[in-house]
Amino acid sequence: MTIDLLLFLTLALVAVATALGMVTSKNTVYSALFLVLNFATVAVFYILLGAPFIAMSQITVYAGAIMVLFLFVIMLLGTERLNSANILPWQRPLAIILAVILTVEAGYLLIFKSNPTAMVNAPDASINTIGSLQSLGMALFTDYLLPFEATSILLLVAMVGAIILSKQDKNEKGGAK
Amino acid sequence: MLEYVAIALMIVVSTFVALSAIGMGELLGPKKKSKAKDVPYESGMLPYGEGTRRIPVRFYLIAVLFILFDIEVIFFLPWAVVFRQLRIFGLIEMAVFIGILLVGYAYAWKKGALEWE
Repeated sequence: MTIDLLLFLTLALVAVATALGMVTSKNTVYSALFLVLNFATVAVFYILLGAPFIAMSQITVYAGAIMVLFLFVIMLLGTERLNSANILPWQRPLAIILAVILTVEAGYLLIFKSNPTAMVNAPDASINTIGSLQSLGMALFTDYLLPFEATSILLLVAMVGAIILSKQDKNEKGGAK
Repeated sequence: MLEYVAIALMIVVSTFVALSAIGMGELLGPKKKSKAKDVPYESGMLPYGEGTRRIPVRFYLIAVLFILFDIEVIFFLPWAVVFRQLRIFGLIEMAVFIGILLVGYAYAWKKGALEWE
């Protein structure tokens, strides 16, 4: 148990450090790479929580595919280097206020409302094998059937939106260019 | 947790190999820097403009479509594991899921989003 705790604390430190590095980095490509490291750390957290399938999904979908998308967007916009004139003036105080509110809220819940006896009942967290994938599948395809089917609608909307935003109609093309 | 030690060991060894491959030259090789040696193509064409170029939006569209179908495939794995327990019901729900996404696939195909113009 102590090794798990030590591992968690080390990784938590790495996660926080990479998140800070992502936010403060001036070069947006470096920010993206910090985010990759952060995603990888979060994947290890999932393994520690007994969810290897979620960890694998985290690596393949987030650290793999979504980071490629982020890098494409960075290179698409040509914003590899931010100059300080581009930093939006009124967003910063607003962001600080919102961050303080969120921290106070989280602290309040953690100190006054937390109930350690009512732990979340993870499905078979002790079985760190194929069994956890089985219980995940059963939960997903029976109890959480509607969210699963709603996911397909969400993916469809994202697909149509991306095509409409980035694809010109063939008859419009001549006029636009 | 013990089954993950092998993966952790692999990460450590591969990081060490990569770092030593990069670091050896820096550590052992002679270093004589000059302005002519630092250009991207030594004795080649002279560089002009910025090193970073904006890439076309087509890459973005392909990447988005890849991610969406990637997420679709992720759902197949827990489904395949419990397929026998779910019986025909599982087949129907996955058919509905794929059916909705096939609408998007047909739309992408029809719009020419899969073509590289």
